[in-house]
Amino acid sequence: MASLRDIKGRITSTKKTKQITKAMEMVSASKMNRAEQNARNYVPYSEKIEEVVSSIAQGGGDASHPMLEARDVKKTGYLVITSDRGLAGAFNSSILRRVYQQIRSKHTSADEYTLITIGRIGRDFFRKRNMPVDMDITGVSDQPDFADIKDIASNTVQLYTDERIDQLYIFYNHYVSAITQEVTEKKILPLTDLNTEGKAGRSSYEYEPNQEEILEVLLPQYAESLIYGALLDSKASEHAARMTAMKSATDNADELIGDLTLSYNRARQAAITQEITEIVGGAAALE
Amino acid sequence: MSTLTVSVVTPDGPVLEDAFEMVSCKAESGELGVLPGHIPMVAPLTISAVRLKGEGRSERIAVSGGFLEVRPDKVTILAQSAEKPTDIDADRARMAKERAERRLQDKQADIDFQRAEMALKRAINRLDVIENNF
Repeated sequence: MASLRDIKGRITSTKKTKQITKAMEMVSASKMNRAEQNARNYVPYSEKIEEVVSSIAQGGGDASHPMLEARDVKKTGYLVITSDRGLAGAFNSSILRRVYQQIRSKHTSADEYTLITIGRIGRDFFRKRNMPVDMDITGVSDQPDFADIKDIASNTVQLYTDERIDQLYIFYNHYVSAITQEVTEKKILPLTDLNTEGKAGRSSYEYEPNQEEILEVLLPQYAESLIYGALLDSKASEHAARMTAMKSATDNADELIGDLTLSYNRARQAAITQEITEIVGGAAALE
Repeated sequence: MSTLTVSVVTPDGPVLEDAFEMVSCKAESGELGVLPGHIPMVAPLTISAVRLKGEGRSERIAVSGGFLEVRPDKVTILAQSAEKPTDIDADRARMAKERAERRLQDKQADIDFQRAEMALKRAINRLDVIENNF
């Protein structure tokens, strides 16, 4: 049996770990609230832009733009959103596993796909496996501004425009609730899955100067906004996942401390009992 | 007098939503004025100031690109960034302007001219919007 001193040491160190995980849990909880708020702020923009894009796409029969048309797929782009830091439970591993399996099952050579990563964990994962990472961005703040990711979003869309990739998928964790996040796969380009069911009262627009030029401006902006939306969603999920992971770490620490305290008390009691037995034994020997 | 509901939305959240009588802005094809009852329209905007006029008041908003969606009773401006004069960081805009100017003057082959030019335009636009208000 471990000595009293050993057990006491373990209790102290577990208590310290618990303090840290507890603090991280609370930090993540507040970050999650703000990230959730950001994601909510973004909703009006995304709804509006989607509405306009789909009404243009369905409205004018002659609207054509490379981004609206599927072409033969020679190379696929995968945009993977992970976090920069770990300690977030299965947040990163589940998404990386999904992407990895997807790539393994769909592609036989590295020329058929390319990866764009947001977050350090994702970048390192694919680099280590010698998979082509075309672009990466790390150190995105917890409350990202659109300006922070504008470059990578527009460069990614540019890859498609330059026909260096022929379709683009995005993988991220969708924030369902504070305890549930879902790995989500979404096809961003080409924009063939637009919701073209007309909503009541939707008007057909005049285009100034003309439809093509509008689409020229609108579609890249729309694709970029989808990427930004996914990032906000993923940030909220990241903090939620970290919060849950830290909460269970704190709970585990509590349990461990409970067990250790019990064995500490037992050991202490055993020591006392032994002392008494020795004294009684000594006294009996004198009689 | 009839009014238009104007909302300015960016990815970082709504910037403004209020009733105004007239919207004037600079679209890619030229200056554009919108009054209530306008035919539904979509037009891309340049990096410019959007001017909103209401009962005895007017507002200016610096927008960086984006586009304008018009309905008879509603105008929506969707931009990647849009700021009211009070939200603009003048020092930052001034610094951005100087930086962009330096880049353009350097004439090094490896800099992205287009980007520097856009950055310069945005900075000048922001400064214009502030100065016209004070």
